[in-house]
Amino acid sequence: MSLGPYASFIVTSYLLATVVVLILIAWIAIDYRRQKMRLSELDASGVVRRSGRSATEIR
Amino acid sequence: MTLIDLANPTRFLTLTARILPWLAAATAFLLLIGLYQSAVAPDDYQQGATVKIMFIHVPNAWLSMFVWGVMSLAALGTLVWRHPLADVAAKAAAPIGAAFTFLALVTGSLWGRPMWGTYWEWDARLTSVLILFLMYLGLIAVWRAVEDPSRAARAAAILTLVGAINLPIIKFSVDWWNTLHQPASVMRMGGPALDRAFLIPLLVMAVAFSLLFVTLHLAAMRNEILRRRVRALQMMQASQRPA
Repeated sequence: MSLGPYASFIVTSYLLATVVVLILIAWIAIDYRRQKMRLSELDASGVVRRSGRSATEIR
Repeated sequence: MTLIDLANPTRFLTLTARILPWLAAATAFLLLIGLYQSAVAPDDYQQGATVKIMFIHVPNAWLSMFVWGVMSLAALGTLVWRHPLADVAAKAAAPIGAAFTFLALVTGSLWGRPMWGTYWEWDARLTSVLILFLMYLGLIAVWRAVEDPSRAARAAAILTLVGAINLPIIKFSVDWWNTLHQPASVMRMGGPALDRAFLIPLLVMAVAFSLLFVTLHLAAMRNEILRRRVRALQMMQASQRPA
């Protein structure tokens, strides 16, 4: 596959899209872990939801 | 489970836990197919291999507007029905929409340099998309700056609906004004003007990026619901502390 004289523009576009999508995925994954950790800490400190369920319970 | 059941944050969390792995797998599968088809697509007779930039530029450009459309519907949910999940949906979508808009601008610029001879031109299409990007950043700033979530939700919802005026301007800018940007070649009266060799990879990439948005949006909504649960529990904990 030859990309011709403008290969650098094409490769940069695809690389940039890959990097931005990976940053989005990593940001969402890290944020999820952070929220779960905070809920675990609250759970450990004895705080329960108004429904009586534990903080970490996904129901 | 009916659609109204999903409006319950707890049920929403249960559902996302179940479907997110499947959505992620489907997204990865379609992205791989789309990238392969983009790689083997023929060169355009005028643009040469730079036509391959279209396969990522156009889906991102479509999604930049689609995400604002989703946020506008969510804004109606916030203002009319005052449903907490509506603001969760809008707030979770904004950074993803900003990322898609950023990619549309930068890949468009990288495509424009070899084809138009310039990275940037202050014409109607490019400028209106830049305004869309700035509006995304502004909305994210509103959610971060206003401490009371319900006040932030209302302010963001109003701004989102006002900003929706920009969507038809972006769409029809290439028809209303003289612009370097080409007119619509897929979603237009009379059907797509693209050859199948370009249209099929483009549509596969568009579906793949749309699935990527759905996956990331559901995951970000789940995070936002958990963040609000953390906030509520921290406030409960603070109120239970002896004075």
